Parts: sequence; C-alpha cells; structure tokens
Amino acid sequence: MAKDKVTRTDDVSIVLCGQAGMGIQTVEGILTRMLKLAGYNIFATKEYMSRVRGGNNSTEIRVSSQPVSAFVDRIDLLIPFNEGAIKHLERRISKDTVVLGETEVIGEEARSGRFKFIEAPLSKIATDIGNKVYSNVVAVGMLAGLLGVDLAGACDYVKQFFSSKAADVAEKNVQAAEAGFRLAKELAPQAGISLSIKPDAGVENQILLSGAEAVGLGAIAGGCNFVSSYPMSPSTAVLVFLARHGQDFGIIAEQAEDEIAAMNMAIGAWYAGARALVTTSGGGFALMVEGLSLAGMLEMPIVIHLAQRPGPATGLPTRTEQADIELALYAGHGEFPRILLAPGTLEQAFHHTAVAFNLADKYQIPVIILTDQYLMDTYYNISAFDLSGVKNEKHIVKTTANYKRYEFTESGISPRGVPGFGEGLVCVDSDEHDIEGHITEDLNVRVKMVNKRLRKLDSAKADVIEPELYPNGKYDNLVVCWGSTYHIVKEALKLLGSGDTSLLHYSQVYPLHPQTADYLGRAKKVVIVEGNATGQFAKLIKLHAGIDIKERILKYSGLSFTVEEVAEGLKKILK
Amino acid sequence: MDKNVFDMGQIDIAWCPGCGDYGILNVLKATLAELDIAPENLVMVSGIGQAAKIPHYIKTHFFNGLHGRALSPATAIKAANSSMTVIAESGDGDMYGEGGNHFIHTIRRNPNITNIVHNNMVYGLTKGQASPTSQLGFKTPVQVSGVFLEPFNPLAVAVALDASFVARAFIGDIEQTKEILKKAITHKGYALVDILQPCVTFNRLNTRQWFKEHTYYLEDSHDPHDRIAAFKRAVETDKLPLGIFYINPNKSTFEDNTGIYKEDKRSLFEREPDFARLQTLIDKYRTAG
Repeated sequence: MAKDKVTRTDDVSIVLCGQAGMGIQTVEGILTRMLKLAGYNIFATKEYMSRVRGGNNSTEIRVSSQPVSAFVDRIDLLIPFNEGAIKHLERRISKDTVVLGETEVIGEEARSGRFKFIEAPLSKIATDIGNKVYSNVVAVGMLAGLLGVDLAGACDYVKQFFSSKAADVAEKNVQAAEAGFRLAKELAPQAGISLSIKPDAGVENQILLSGAEAVGLGAIAGGCNFVSSYPMSPSTAVLVFLARHGQDFGIIAEQAEDEIAAMNMAIGAWYAGARALVTTSGGGFALMVEGLSLAGMLEMPIVIHLAQRPGPATGLPTRTEQADIELALYAGHGEFPRILLAPGTLEQAFHHTAVAFNLADKYQIPVIILTDQYLMDTYYNISAFDLSGVKNEKHIVKTTANYKRYEFTESGISPRGVPGFGEGLVCVDSDEHDIEGHITEDLNVRVKMVNKRLRKLDSAKADVIEPELYPNGKYDNLVVCWGSTYHIVKEALKLLGSGDTSLLHYSQVYPLHPQTADYLGRAKKVVIVEGNATGQFAKLIKLHAGIDIKERILKYSGLSFTVEEVAEGLKKILK
Repeated sequence: MDKNVFDMGQIDIAWCPGCGDYGILNVLKATLAELDIAPENLVMVSGIGQAAKIPHYIKTHFFNGLHGRALSPATAIKAANSSMTVIAESGDGDMYGEGGNHFIHTIRRNPNITNIVHNNMVYGLTKGQASPTSQLGFKTPVQVSGVFLEPFNPLAVAVALDASFVARAFIGDIEQTKEILKKAITHKGYALVDILQPCVTFNRLNTRQWFKEHTYYLEDSHDPHDRIAAFKRAVETDKLPLGIFYINPNKSTFEDNTGIYKEDKRSLFEREPDFARLQTLIDKYRTAG
C-alpha cells in the first residue's frame, strides 16, 4: 500500500459548484472540449438535484497527463458559484483544496481556514464586461490560464462554442475568457498553484463523449431504426440523442404516451422487421414488464436500455445506483430467457449496445443493457470507436408458403420471418401457441414450447461476454465488480499498488460466465464492490456459481463510488 | 378476390353460438376480398378478449398481443412497413378500458390503420362484468347495484380528438357494415369503426332486438366534414346513430410524419445502418460532439 494520494501536479481535480441554471453545464461543456483539443486527458462527471433552477449541483473535471476515467473524492481546485457550495461539498474539501471564489458569494466560509481561499472576483470582472452572466466564462478563462492552455486556442474555442448565438454574445464571452485568463496569471503565484500537466499528443485525435452518447452511437451501429420511449432520468439522453440523429440515420424516434405503449410499440416494430430500442429507468421499466413477458412469449427480440437510478418508486431521480439487476433478471411473469449486459466503460457502452441488437435478433429474446446515471453523465477521452469489427447481423428469413413461426429446433431458435418478406404468413400470439402461432391448450405442446424457449438460454451461453481480468490472472485477492464501477475500482487498485490483488469486471451479468467459479475459486479472498444495499450481483453469483462472497463494499447513497472510497474499503478488508 | 382466401378451414372457434363476432368475421372477410387486399399484405393486430381472437380465424399475418395494447404494436408495424394494411381489432373492454390511454394517443398520432372495436357493452371472456360502454343501471356479478359509471363514448372522444375517420356500425346490418368498413380501410389515416353487436350469453339488456330499436342511420344530409355536427350526433344516446360521423381528410399520417420515408421508400427490414455516416458522426466527437 504505497500511497494514498495521486500526484497532484499532473492530475488535477477541479470542481465547479452552483445552483441549477447558473451555467455550470456551460463551463463543463466548454472547458472539457477546449482542454481535450489542447491535448489534455479529461474526465468529467456531475451530480445534480432533481430541479431546473436553484439547489446545489456540482461537476468534477479531472485534467491529467495520463488518461483518467474515474470519479475521485479529492478536490484540488474548487470554484463555488453560490453560497451553499462549500457546505454541499464539505466532506470532500480538505486543507489542500484551493478555493477560487468570492467572499461576497460564499460569505464567512471564506475565512474559515478549512481550505486555502483565494479571492477571485469572477462576477465583478463579468459585470465590468457587461453582465454577471459571463462569470462562468471568466471561470473558464481562469482555469485555462492556470492549466497553461494557449490563450488564442482557448478564445477560438469559446468563439466556436457561442457561434450559434448573436455576434456580440460570442464577443463578450471571448472577452470574459480573456479576462479570466489574465486573472489566472495574477493569481497563480499568490495561490501557489503550479501545475505541470503535459499535453499528450495522442489525445487530440481521440474522441470525448458521454456514456449516453456512447450508448446512442452503439444503438446506431447496432442498426437501431426505431426507438419508442417515455422520458425518464437518467435514460432520456439516449432518446434525445437518437431523435436528434433520427433523420440522418432513418430512425423513427417516438415519445410514447407511457412506457407500456413504448414497449408494445418496440415489440411490434421488431415483429415488422425493425430493430427497436426502448430506453428507460427503473420505474419506467416496471411499467414495461408486462411487455417484457410478451416478448418472452412471442419470442420477439427487444433491446432495453435500463439506466438505473435509486428507488424504490421515484427514489432519487437524478442520482445513481446499481440496484436493478434483480429487477431486470426476474421481471416478467412466467419463465423465459434473457440476457443482461452491464457496460463499464465508454467503449463497452458502444460495443455492447451494438452487439445487444445482434444477440436479441439471434436468440429472439430480450437483451437488457444496464447502465446508470453515473455512466450516462460521465465523459472522458478515448480512441475513436472502430467500426471495422462491428457487424450488423440480421437473423430474419425470407418465408415460404408453408412457413411456421414456431417450428421446433434443437437450439430452440425458430427461423424468424417478417410480414411482407416471402410468401409465408407470420403469426404470433401471447397465448400459449402451436408451431403456427395459433392459440393452443394442448398441454403437450405447452411443455414442448416451454422447453424450446428455455433451450435458447443454453444456446445463448455460447456468446457470453468474458469478464475482464486486471492486471492478470495471478492473484491472492480478487475484487469483483460489474457495470459502471470498472474504472473506479481499477484506479483504486492502482492507487493501492497491491501486486497480489486483481480485478474481475463483469460487463455481462446474466447468463453468468461459466468460468466464474474458477475465477473466484482461485482467490484466497474475494471482495465484491456494488452500488446497492443488498449485494445483488453477489447473490446472483451465489445462485449460479455457488460461491458466497462474504466481503462486500456497498454504496447506496445516490452518489457513485469514488476511487478513494473503494481504495479505503479494500485496504480495510485486505489489510 | 374470393373471400375464401381468408378461410382457415376446419377450426375450432371459441365464440358462443349466435355471437355477433361471427357476423363481424364474415363481413370483414368479404370487405377485404372486395378491396382486393391479399392475406400476405394484411396484418391483423389484437389484444385479449373474445373479439381479440378474431385473427386466429382469418388466414393472414397476425400479432395477437396483450390485453389493451393492440394499438401500440399496430402503430409500429405500420410505421416499420407502410406497405402493409394494418387492422387493430378487439373488444370494447380491451380498446376503451385497458387500452384507453393508447386509444386516446393513437388517435393523436394518426397512423394509417383501421381500428375495429366489437362493442357489445359487456365483458364476455371474464364472464359478464361491466365494460366501459355498459349502460347505467346494467347489473352484473360485480356491479351488483347496477353500473353507475358514466358510459364511455368512443365516438365523442374520437371526434373531440379530431380523429381522421369516425364511424359506427351495427352487425345486424351486414351490407351497411361492409360499406362502412370499406371506407374505413381505404381511408388514409386512423379510422375508428365501433361495431355494435349483441352478446348472447352475458348481455340480456342490449339484445339484437334492442339494437334494432335503438339505432338509426345518419341522414344523407349529414356532412362528415362538419366536426361540430359530428360531435352533436356522437353524444346522442336515446337512439344511437350509425354511419360515418366524421372525416378529416387533411391530416398527415404518423408514418409520413416520421420523415424517414421521404427519400427512401424501403421498409425498415430492408435497410442497413449507414456506417460511413456513423463514422463521420463519431469523428465529430474529436472536436465538439
């Protein structure tokens, strides 16, 4: 256990905090892209309240010489835009935190001595330029200056960012950025801030995007041409993304009257030969459950993006959690197979979403992609997605006159026709049915149909995505996690520097990879890290791999794990 | 076309002898034959209930889905393959009760589909409970003191929502029902045909005779393009008017509004994702996104 902190001069964590509607998102949008273009490695994520104005929202931006992809507790630089910011982030502020703000805004806290306070007159400078609203762009300029970004490049980016606005708006914002830049040069020596983050030549050509965008792009790559959904945080961004690009890619994007309609539309679309997606969160998924069971009975493919947030019921609408794995696994009356994917990185968010359409089509079963608010709202730079390996596998057949939709086969998969493609008739029924799709109460047929449907799960086991082992297969301790915690746990292990501990990350949680018992059985100690209160994946592993994971690091406050929290937790358990 | 092309041969039909569903089945087959709609170009979509079993008795493509949900898949099927004729057909409980929300919003969405509703003012498959259209005072094993909920008026609701085609028929009149169905199926846009029918097992109030005495046809002078007049006729309850209440020919369909058929007429199953364009979109994230 070498060190507890990351070297701070080449990996800085900047946090901006203010009320909803104050333009924190604007700062995040400009700063992350500007810095990325300048060649810095960037990570950004946000936590926000379920309101349109007011409250306290914060965004963390990590800027580093090395790739960074995980949320940290540590705050190196804090820019508070409202009075409540300091209290809101209290737990994460340390003596080493440099707060660049205004006494007028944060009040008494400025003199508390609990952090290093530097008076940065952002709103005064903005007012001098013409309006207090420019404060956030003054902050952008200041941060660019502190990080040593080239001024001309920064101004160009600000100009480009506001290019759709009136000319004077763009001009004023450029002035604001310049003034912030000058302020940084004055404050840096006084604040004792010396950063040595080196631009990385490889970054410029990389892409910077969010989890929601990665899922959206993955859906397009998967041939998605129909999305029907009902808006629900944190899944809405995917619907918005596909609607925005719908005309360019021939995607029907429909906001349904409710999730029930959304699900039934998507199933109807698959029946007619479309590749359809629904995107939702727990409460919306609950309404789709009847339709999920319909897909099971009709043997209709369906891809469901389930972006998790804390429940039960409305829960914490804008927060994160990993507590719907059991819901996704057991949802739907009756017994039918399904696949649950849980991407942990932006690359997986893209590729797994694309492959979800192929898997659903191939096995004619629901494929549920479990993400969460943290992954949806997280950005970092990565190499551009490689489409050369992405295959759009269509599993529909041209029917002949005597076509029968539910022909019995060894694999359980009956060739799937669609109306209008071939001479056959495609008949599907939510009742138990015979091979032609007609209602039956022949109980022998019933048993054969159940067996046929369940056989598809055995077939699907051939395609289970392997869990990722890091750094290698030689370990005494094994840390298991799934979904969005991948980079957080990985960085925690790097921080601990422990050579006898490995990470096993599952990006498909069901069917469980058949070698799970081997992986876990080889370890002297197994720890699971999950964003829920009851260890849902641990329970799934016990059920399907027979291994009881006793050591659990669980979090269900509504915020994502941080690197430090996981490191701390592991340190206690692994000693 | 011969209507026998839709025959299923010797099959076991689950309807009671004397049920109005038989009449609707026969009229529908005749209508489709006269319109030359071939079985392979038709998709029947239904929910659950006695009426919803109708696709099993017609030789064609069908999607017999969940209770109350027929309109949602029907909308999507038409949107994904607009060359198909799509008919969503179920009973009054299915379409107006369990599926009430979809009924409202499908009218707003205006897909080019025909919505046929078997309206016998009672639940058949669950054995005689009130339906949304049951009349006040109608006694059932559940509504033991008689129905006290205001009956749902599908025609008035449809006209209020400016549905593009609104009609009511009575299965006691085969010829007129067929003419109404023909107009509904050939109409471009959402078309509602509420078909009154007796339930010989569970509705002893609204019998064939009762319907004969309590219905009449809209006069030739009724202008179906006059929405206010249509609404007035739709709220008549002493005697129920039959015929085409309302047509709005000026509405564009959901499929057209999606915009995806403007330049490419192919159905969705014939299309492939445009990877070159996707690569361009991905590359945008190098700079701005």
